[in-house]
This record gives sequence, structure tokens and C-alpha cells, in this order.
Amino acid sequence: MIRIANGQGFWGDSLEAPVEQIRRGPIDYLTLDYLAEVTMSILQKQRMRDPKAGYARDFVDLIARVLPDLKDRRIRVIANAGGINPMGCRDAVLNTALRQGITLKVATVTGDDITDRLDQFLKRGIEFKNMDTGEPLAAIRAQVERANVYFGAFPVAEALGLGAEIVITGRVADAALALGPMIHEFGWKETDWDKLTAGIVAGHAIECGAQVTGGNCQVDWETIPDLADIGYPIVEAEPDGTFSVTKHAGTGGRVTVASVKEQLLYEIGDPTQYITPDCVADFTTVHLDQAGENRVRFSGIEGRPATNYYKVSISYTAGYKAMGSLVYTWPDAYRKARAADQILRQRLTRLGLRFDEIRTEFLGANACHGIPTAEPSPQIEPHLPEVVLRVGVRSENRAAVDRFTREIAPLVLNGPPGVSGLGLGRPRVEEIVAFWPALIPKSEVRPEVAIWPSAS
Amino acid sequence: MAKRELIKRRLIEIAHARSGDKGDLVNIGLIARKPEDYPILVREVTADRVKQHFAGVCQGKVERFELPNLGALNFLLHQALDGGGTMALKADPQGKTYSTALLRMEIDVD
Repeated sequence: MIRIANGQGFWGDSLEAPVEQIRRGPIDYLTLDYLAEVTMSILQKQRMRDPKAGYARDFVDLIARVLPDLKDRRIRVIANAGGINPMGCRDAVLNTALRQGITLKVATVTGDDITDRLDQFLKRGIEFKNMDTGEPLAAIRAQVERANVYFGAFPVAEALGLGAEIVITGRVADAALALGPMIHEFGWKETDWDKLTAGIVAGHAIECGAQVTGGNCQVDWETIPDLADIGYPIVEAEPDGTFSVTKHAGTGGRVTVASVKEQLLYEIGDPTQYITPDCVADFTTVHLDQAGENRVRFSGIEGRPATNYYKVSISYTAGYKAMGSLVYTWPDAYRKARAADQILRQRLTRLGLRFDEIRTEFLGANACHGIPTAEPSPQIEPHLPEVVLRVGVRSENRAAVDRFTREIAPLVLNGPPGVSGLGLGRPRVEEIVAFWPALIPKSEVRPEVAIWPSAS
Repeated sequence: MAKRELIKRRLIEIAHARSGDKGDLVNIGLIARKPEDYPILVREVTADRVKQHFAGVCQGKVERFELPNLGALNFLLHQALDGGGTMALKADPQGKTYSTALLRMEIDVD
């Protein structure tokens, strides 16, 4: 049996969670998921300012903090912290080890970045059709920022096979970070579809961190103990493809069949065809048992052969947006907010500003759960103590969006009464980076695995 | 034979849920609190009813998938995020609260 812990569900997740995973109980592997789609674009912007940047800095800070613990406890780390500059991340980690006088083997998994080869592929007839809309990439080619292939778990396993203590990857499918060590330890083959699927299901269960151990869990949420000290998830994996999800003893949170079910259903499509680079998982075969306190056992998992394609995530710029908010108070909180929205829209029209979209929401009245066009009920509306007016605009024209941001604050003095600006200041104009999901034949790209310091 | 009495209840009394995004699409996993209530979910919470429930929010079709092994249904709401993730101007651009919005639905229970 091996223990694989997850200590990071996204870049921006708890800085303490990975440290706790290392120090509060036994684990063999620590996986850290830093890359959401939007993260790649943030990293791109950072690298344009500094060529040495472009990876998850938090990861290097973490390694500096825990390196002696990792060595003492022989814990190996797998992180997609490389972002768009895995070699820069490697250098920073190796320098950290050098400064601490610790020898460290770091492996990199690269080859996922196909940004510079896009035109070559297009010329050869690979269209990168949008998986949702069917449109060919040509429609937005000029706006493309980056293109990254999602690799699977075998290059991660290969890196571990080379003796890596830390594996730094670029784009690798989130769930593959956990499957990698299972392939390495148990010798699973590329055609062991059921076992590979079990590993992917395990990876999916823990890839969002505490979302499987009682975080964001609706069942009896008020009785879930000590969320302040919530334990992050640990997979205890067996060579036969069965495993349990648990957490360190003494931590907060709760691991139950209910908390696990919520996470299994998170961000999936057709449950019989969960497509990954390594296999096609069938979530309708998963059998769950409460095998003890804070322990859920998985069995019966089946999957099918992988497809001949990798998924590619292509990011592209798509104009600008800004959001402004004001809070209106009783009496007539909702009616004041609605009137302010009308006034604002009239002023934008009078200024001759055109937007692709203007969206108004009334937080506290109907923003998240209401039908956007419906009024709050007459039983509730007169009693609302406050309503937040939130208006967003989107346009190709940055100047128009910028002008919009100047029209919010004046409403405090020249609009309906009983209003506060929420202390947020002038809204920020954001450049929109959108995503274009596409496919590429596996034969067109190869993951590259290397170990550092390189063998001489 | 006794006449079947149906009473109106909110979905939240017999189910829990989690939602998330993929592009302009939201998925909602709906799970029976007790396995024996799963057939009620299958009978009552059809794709059509979910489409109606999210009128004005979901512009595209609603697909439903069954996971009897987990006593759960998975719904895919197409064109439900105002263009999706980074494009959306919504307060909930990733559809995280669609789960609790669904649990407000009133259903007929034996």
C-alpha cells in the first residue's frame, strides 16, 4: 500500500495544507495541483515582465520551507508547478536545495507547450476545432496566447523511475498527478485499463483538496468538526486498483460516502465516458463503502482504452471587462438599486458607449438563485435591509470599459439615497482571456522527461 | 387499494448537490441523501424540469445522466454561464451556486 496526499487544489489554495500533509502523519507522495486554465495566462503575463518567471512561485517557497522534512521522511513530490516555464521552476528549486546544502534530484516533464508550433500544425491540416462549438481555430488564431497539451500519468511515472524526489511538470491532467506514483510503484501497464481508471478516479477524488474531506460539503455542514484545521485528502492505494480516501488523524473535516460522492460528481460530463489521456473512466462502476471513521473505500472500478487524442487548452484574448458595485439600504433597498441601474445605463447611452454586454445583478435579492429577469417576491422585497447593485460590462474597446469604471462612484452623490460604495474604490479593467478546448493526435507530440542534475 | 398521497417537498430535504463549470457549461451532481430516495429523483427531476427551473439562466439544452451506483444524477446545462468562466460578468462565474439553486426545486414525494 502507498499513501498519496494532495496538498493543493488550485493556485491560491491554503499555504499551510501541504506542510500539514507532510508533518502530521505518514505519506509517501505529495501531489500539488497549481494549474487552472486561467493560471497559464497569469503566468504568461508574469513571464512577459520577467523572463525567469512563469511558474508557481508558491511552490518554490514551499520547498524552501519543507525540504529537510521531505528528505527525512522520504516523501516524493509531484507538482504541475512548472506552468509555462518548468525549467525556470527547476532552477529555482535546485538553487533552494543548494542554498540549504541539500542534494536533491529533480525531474521535469515538458513538451506540453505547443504555442510556437501551432501554425506548423495548422498548415498540416490539424484544425484544432473547438470541442464545444466545432469552429476551427482560424477564427481566433490572431488572438491566441498559448496552447498546452494535457499529458497523462506515464511521463510522471517515468520521472519517478529515474529516481526523482521532486517531479515538476507543465500541463499534466490533474488526476494524472496521483496516478503517476501508482504506475511507478505497482508496475501497471498502458493497457491495464481498469487499474489506470482506478488511479484516475482516486486522482479526481483528491485533486480539489479539502472539497472531498468536508469542505464545501452540504450534508450536515454545521456539524462537520473543526473546519479551521481541516485535513486534506490522502489516498491509500493498493496494487489491485482498490483504494481508500482518508485524512490524517487529529485533523478537522469529515470523510464520508456523502462527501466523496459530491467530489466525484464535480466537473464531470457523461459519467460513463470521463476521458483522460490514460483511459476512459466509467464512474458508474465505482463502488463506495464507509470503511471506518473518515475512511471511504473504493472498489469495482472499470474503464476503457484511452483515445488516440490529447486535449489541448488554447488561451486567447477576448476583449475587456469591469464590474462595479454599490450597496443600497432600507427603505426601498431593491427599488433604489434598480433605479440606480437605470440611471447608470442612461448615462452610458448618453456618452455613446457601446458594449457587447451589460449585466446587472441585485445581490441579496435574486442574483444567484433567482430568475435574472424576475422581481423578488412582494413578501420579501419591502423588508430587505440592503441590496448590492452589481453591474458588469464587456467590450473589445478598452476605452469604453475604462469610461464605465468612472460612472459608478458619482452615483453615491448624484443618484438614489442611502447608498455606500462598499469601500472598493474604482473598478479595475481586466483583459479577458478565454479558452478554446481542442484535440491533437497523440502521435504529433511527445512528453519529454529529464532528471537534474543531469547524468554526466 | 389506498390512494397514493403525494406531498410537495423541496429537493433539499432528500438530496444534496455540487456544481461546477467547463467552459459555458455547468454540471450539477444531484445525490439522494438516502439510497431508497434515488428513484424519486429519477422520476421527478427530469431534464425538462431542470431546464424550466433554470429558465433565463440556461440558454441551451439540459442533459441528464444516471449513476445508480451512487444514487445520483448528473445534469449538464449548456450555454448556462454567460459565455463561460472568464467571459462571464456574473457574481458566480463558475456556477458554484447552481447546486443550491437546484435544491430549491419543489417535487412530489409519496
